[in-house]
Amino acid sequence: MLRRRLLVVTGKGGTGKSTVAAALGVVAAREGRRTIVAEVAQRTDVPGSLGAAAGEPFAETPLRDGLWHISIDPADALREYLHDQLPSDTLARMLGGSRSFALLASATPGLAELLSMGKVWELAQAQRRTRASQPYDLVILDAPATGHGLATLAAPSAFARAAAAGPVARQGRLIHDWLTDPRNTGVLAVARAEALPVAETIALAGDLRAQLGLELEALVVNGLSPPRFGREEEGRLRKALAAREGSAAAGATHESGAAHESGNPVAFALELALADLAVARGERRQVERLRRAVGLTPLRLPFAVKEESGEVDPGVLADALSRTLARSEARA
Amino acid sequence: MSLVERLEGKRMVVVAGSGGVGKTTTSAALALALAVQGRRVAVVTIDPAKRLAQALGLEELDNEPRRVDPERLAGHGLEVRGELWAMMLDAKRTFDDLITRLAPDERTRDEVLANRIYQELSGAVAGSQEFTAVAKLYELHREGRFDVLVLDTPPSRNALDFLDAPERLSSFFEGRALRVLLAPTGLAARVAAAGTGAALGVLRRLTGVDLMTDLGRFFRALSGLIDGFRERARAVGALLADPATAFLVVTSPEREPVAEAIFFVGKLREADLPFGGLIVNRVHSLPEPAPQPAAVAAALAEELGARTAAAVAENLAAHAVLAARDARAIEHLRTTLGVTDPVVLPNLDAEVHDDVPALVAIARLL
Repeated sequence: MLRRRLLVVTGKGGTGKSTVAAALGVVAAREGRRTIVAEVAQRTDVPGSLGAAAGEPFAETPLRDGLWHISIDPADALREYLHDQLPSDTLARMLGGSRSFALLASATPGLAELLSMGKVWELAQAQRRTRASQPYDLVILDAPATGHGLATLAAPSAFARAAAAGPVARQGRLIHDWLTDPRNTGVLAVARAEALPVAETIALAGDLRAQLGLELEALVVNGLSPPRFGREEEGRLRKALAAREGSAAAGATHESGAAHESGNPVAFALELALADLAVARGERRQVERLRRAVGLTPLRLPFAVKEESGEVDPGVLADALSRTLARSEARA
Repeated sequence: MSLVERLEGKRMVVVAGSGGVGKTTTSAALALALAVQGRRVAVVTIDPAKRLAQALGLEELDNEPRRVDPERLAGHGLEVRGELWAMMLDAKRTFDDLITRLAPDERTRDEVLANRIYQELSGAVAGSQEFTAVAKLYELHREGRFDVLVLDTPPSRNALDFLDAPERLSSFFEGRALRVLLAPTGLAARVAAAGTGAALGVLRRLTGVDLMTDLGRFFRALSGLIDGFRERARAVGALLADPATAFLVVTSPEREPVAEAIFFVGKLREADLPFGGLIVNRVHSLPEPAPQPAAVAAALAEELGARTAAAVAENLAAHAVLAARDARAIEHLRTTLGVTDPVVLPNLDAEVHDDVPALVAIARLL
C-alpha cells in the first residue's frame, strides 16, 4: 500500500482520519520513503496531531526525518498554475492579484477542487515542476470527509467534462487518468466500528466505484477498544455485580446505571467492565458487517491515548499500523 | 434550566458542530424533547446512512416532512403531546424547486435546469448543500406549518461553511465579474481596468471556449432570477439572525471538535448571530469519590481471580483517563467561551445510538 505514489485517506468526520494519515506518514518515512502528507481546504490537522507547528500555507514543511507536510489553498495553487502557464511573470502576478479574476475563478464550479488536486498530482510526479523541487516517493492526501472528499477526487473529470476543449480540460483528463490508475493511487477509508460510520463507509465504497471506477484498497477501523475481557468472564462479572447491587442492576450496562449514584466503587468498576464487553461485542459485529459489505479485511487500530492528556497518541498508532500492515502483507 | 426550557419561544434551532460528534442524533432527540412539550416540530436532517429514518420508522424520508407515527414513540415512558415530523434534505431537489419558483417563465426555468454548469453545481460548489438546507428551512418557516424547526446542519469539517453559504452562493449567482467579462463589448468592460480584458483572454485560453460559452449561457439564463435570488439570500440571512432563531453548538470532548466549537461560537458572536447554547456530547464521568483501580483490583481478586480483577481495574483506569480529559475539556470550554451551563450528555453505548430508546434517553436529559 505504501508503495504507491499517492495514497488518498478518506472517511467520515470524527473517525480520526487525519491522525491515521499522520501515522501512515510516520510509518512510510520510517521505511525510508520520502513522504509528504497533504491537506486541502486550508486544514492543518496533521502537524497538530504530531505535535508539530504548521508551516506557511502552501509551503512544503519538514515535520521530522523523511516526512513533510503541505496545506494546499486553492488560491495559492491558482497563482502557481498561472505562473507556470503564462509567458510572463508580470502578467501572472497581475492576474493573481486581480479581484475580478479571483471572483471569476471562485465562481467556476469545481475549479478550487481541480486546482487542489492538480497540486497533489504535481507533488506525486517523479519530475516536479521546478528542478529545485525534490520528488517524493509517496504523497498521502488527507482528503476531506466522505462526501466532500469524493467531490474533490472527482473534480478533474467533472471539469474535463464541463470544459470539452482547451488546456484545462486536457490537464483535467490527464490528472483524472493518472489518479484513477491503481498503479499510481490507492484509496484508504477510515471508519469507526459504529453503526453510522460503517454505513457511510459502505456507501463510500460503492460511490468510489460508480463515480470514479476506483476500488478501495484498504479499510482502517480506528479506535477499537482493546480486548480486556473474554466471553467466559462475562458471567462472573455479572454475578459479582449482582451480589453488590441486587439482581435489578445486573442487567445495566450503561455507565449511567445504578452504581453511578450508589457510590459503590467496586460496583461502578464492574458496570464499566460489562459496558466494555458490550461495546467490544458491538464493535466486532460492525467490523464483520464492514468486511462482508466491502469485501476487504479491515486493518484494526486500537484506541490509544496518552495517559496524561487523554489525547490520541500518534506514536502508538504508528507502531500499531506498522504491525498490522506487516501482518496483512504476510497474509497476502 | 433545561435546554428545552431555554429554547422557549424559539421558532428555529440550528444544530452545528464538526463531523462525528453526534449531531444527527442530538438534533432528533431535541426535536423529540420539544414535541414532548406539546410543540409541532420538524427535524430537517442530512442522514446519508438513513439510520435515523429507520429508527423513526420512516422508511422513506424525502424532501417533504413526514410525521413520525406517535405509536412508535409511545411506550417509552414519554408522553408526546405535540407532533414530531422529520425530513431528509435533498439538495438537488431543493435547488431545482428554488429555480422553478424564482424563474420568470418556463423557458428560463428549463434553460437553467438543463444547463451543464447548473447540473454540476450542486456537488461542485462548496456551500451549495449548506445553502439549500437554509433555503428549505426558510420555505418551511414561511409556510408556518410547524411551531419549531430543528436543522441538523450538513456534515462539514468546517461548520463555518454553513454561515458563509448564503453569501457565497449569492455572489456566485450574481456573477457580476463574470458577466462583465462575458460581454466584452459592453460599456462596463471598456470602462473596466485593462487587466480585465487580459483576464478574459487568459481564462478563455486556460479553460477552453466551450466552458466559457456554457458559463455565459448559464449566467444569461440566470439573469432573470438574480433579483429574486438576491432577495431570497437576504431573507435567509435575516432569518438566521432573527432573535427567534437559536444556534446550538455540539461538540465531543476531543481536542479538534472542541477547538472547532470555540472557533465557531466566536464567529457566531462576531456575526451577531443568536448563540443558544453548547452541548458537550459523549462525556465520560466518575462518581465521587473517584474509585481507585488498585483498591478495586484488591477487592475483586478472590472473587474473580487475579487476571479478571486486574482487567476490571485496568478498564477503570482507562475510563478515568478519559473522564479527566473530558472534565478538562468542559472547563476549557467554560472559561474560553464564558458559557456557564453547557449541556453535558453521557457517553452512551455506541450500539444504541440511533434507536428510539436512545433518543428518548437523550431527550430526557435535554
